[in-house]
Amino acid sequence: MSTPHPVTTVDLAETPLRDLNRTLHQARQGSFRVLNPRGAHAVACGIDADIAVEVHGSVGYYCAGMHQKGSVYVDGNASTGLAENIMSGTVRISGSATMSAGATGHGGLVVIEGNAGARCGISLKGADIVVGGNVGHMSAFMAQAGNLVVLGDAGADLGDSVYEANLYVRGEVVSLGADATEKDMRAEHVRTVAGLLDAAGMEADPVDFKRYGSARNLYNFHIDDIDAEVARRAG
Amino acid sequence: MSGPGDSWRLRESYTFDRHVIAEIHRAANTGVYRIRGWGAKRKMPILDDLVFLGASMSRYPLEGYRESCGTDLVIGEERAARPLRIDIPITIAGMSFGSLSAQAKEALGRGASAMGTSTTSGDGGMLPEEREHSSKLVYQYLPSRYGQNPDDLRRGDAIEVVVGQGAKPGGGGILLGQKVSERVAGMRTLPSGIDQRSACRHPDWTGPDDLQIKIHELREIVDWQVPIFVKIGAARPFYDTALAVKAGADAVVVDGLQGGTAATQDVFIEHVGIPTIAAIPEATRALQDLDVHRGSVKLIASGGIRSGADVAKALALGADAVSIGTAALIALGDNDPAYDDEYRKLGSAAGFWDDLQDGTDPAGIATQDPRLTARLDPVIGGRRLANYLQVLTMETQTIARACGKSHVSNLEPEDLAALTVEAAAMAQVPVAGTDWIPGARRKR
Ligand SMILES: Cc1cc2nc3c(=O)[nH]c(=O)nc-3n(C[C@H](O)[C@H](O)[C@H](O)COP(=O)(O)O)c2cc1C
Repeated sequence: MSTPHPVTTVDLAETPLRDLNRTLHQARQGSFRVLNPRGAHAVACGIDADIAVEVHGSVGYYCAGMHQKGSVYVDGNASTGLAENIMSGTVRISGSATMSAGATGHGGLVVIEGNAGARCGISLKGADIVVGGNVGHMSAFMAQAGNLVVLGDAGADLGDSVYEANLYVRGEVVSLGADATEKDMRAEHVRTVAGLLDAAGMEADPVDFKRYGSARNLYNFHIDDIDAEVARRAG
Repeated sequence: MSGPGDSWRLRESYTFDRHVIAEIHRAANTGVYRIRGWGAKRKMPILDDLVFLGASMSRYPLEGYRESCGTDLVIGEERAARPLRIDIPITIAGMSFGSLSAQAKEALGRGASAMGTSTTSGDGGMLPEEREHSSKLVYQYLPSRYGQNPDDLRRGDAIEVVVGQGAKPGGGGILLGQKVSERVAGMRTLPSGIDQRSACRHPDWTGPDDLQIKIHELREIVDWQVPIFVKIGAARPFYDTALAVKAGADAVVVDGLQGGTAATQDVFIEHVGIPTIAAIPEATRALQDLDVHRGSVKLIASGGIRSGADVAKALALGADAVSIGTAALIALGDNDPAYDDEYRKLGSAAGFWDDLQDGTDPAGIATQDPRLTARLDPVIGGRRLANYLQVLTMETQTIARACGKSHVSNLEPEDLAALTVEAAAMAQVPVAGTDWIPGARRKR
């Protein structure tokens, strides 16, 4: 990461989390290195500027929550809600993330080099998520828009009640959820996956992925009208 | 009721009355449950079942117009850099753009602002018109997270984490395709025209321990500027309130069984949750147990609040403020007899209409049809709402003064008696003329 600005180091063993986040919210540019997160929650959440943050160590819940514009890199693992509701920018971790990684993300890119737990990309609303390993059960539940790219396998009930998001899985899918179905992998989809792999810096052949999405059978209530039919028949 | 029952030989079944028969016919014809708006219509114990005792030899009243009787409230003083200050203890509840027209949202903002109180966004995000015309806007943080973004989060004057709603504790929102216009669909990132069913659980937390971490995250994102509310449907208000306090809420919003909705299954509206009159004392008891009542955590009660009497009773039972939904829509012109012909064309009638879900509201409030929304002038609507809020406030003060209170928050259970055994048991106040509180928990 090269930048003309000096790197500011914040050691969470000495500095309260509040001070770290305040500093990050006030910064308009620059690079930051965070040491000793020791599983703290809400590390680097609410960033809204073109800054680069590197966290050395594992983080707790909601790291880089509601992230905008800049980049956050975690050299470690993350607990629940990594980059939840990300709007733009990039969040990347070298390890694995537990539940609800990238939940409700509206834009931007989340890269998980390891595995993601249950509900990865739940209610996704336009963000892209690339997972180097596997994703857990109920991933992309009710996902509305955006892409989930999984280089490994997907757990049970992938894409349950999915709307218009695209789910690309290279490995096995344990099972698809309600209203999810396998879809054609057309040229445009191969291009999308290639682009996302490239952005994530991951090696894989895009044609090896299968695409899943909504069968659109749950989009509207099925409403019968027997009275009208009887009236019609009676002429 | 007249009709065929005019004949003295005909007897309507109590179990299978005409509503029940019509519903079975409807279900058999369509194969889908009934979805409607409004709140529970069934008979249930309500605040009308309580009366104030007023002043007497041992309690001195205040002069009606001369002596001051405060109505202001501050929420979140302990933790938020910018606590929410409202001039009256009546707020406008969260109602989504999508369920309501942009004109209606603007009118709610204008009316609330004129009276120095807050309005609330809803499922579907913050509308620019609403923000612009609301001096104090509470931003809802809902399971669906439609349109949720950090910019709007920071624009809010408070954040309300919605766990549940009185009309449907345990259920998510519904917005039928007729109302999912391009603008609504765009704000929710969904295809237009679909019957949109929003999530009933938050996507990234479950349970009170997670909620505590979530609230902390929200505070960090907004740099501890604004208060955080937690809204619950009245199901187990004692425990839910205690857990919300433990999770760090500055205010708990408890919405009773009769709370309104824009679209929910009728079976849910009528059969899930407990009435407001039963929920307030339970929530209050939890706050008292934790020693935060009338202190650092405020209680906002909603569900069926219609009059200053209801406001005063809710406060006396322990709420710090109330929130109104349905009554605010009525103030804007919902169910106006002037539109009776049109309501009848829709198979309903003024005074009965509850099909807020189907997008055909003749009053232009619960619709996205431009032909109908044009009927609602947001400026006039705002004035109507402000007038109504003014009346609620004056009525509340009238009662408070009669009970000798110089601030409406000094109203207390000791000012009340119940007219029915059920109301006495739920409200935990004595049956009128006795000192009997059925199932008494508290020592008086
Ligand atoms: C048209 C309409 C839309 C509503 N939308 C929401 C919503 O988006 N989020 C929410 O928490 N509650 C919603 N509610 C419930 C209200 O916030 C409030 O809890 C309820 O209306 C209070 O009961 P009352 O209508 O009897 O005053 C809605 C209610 C109505 C009538």
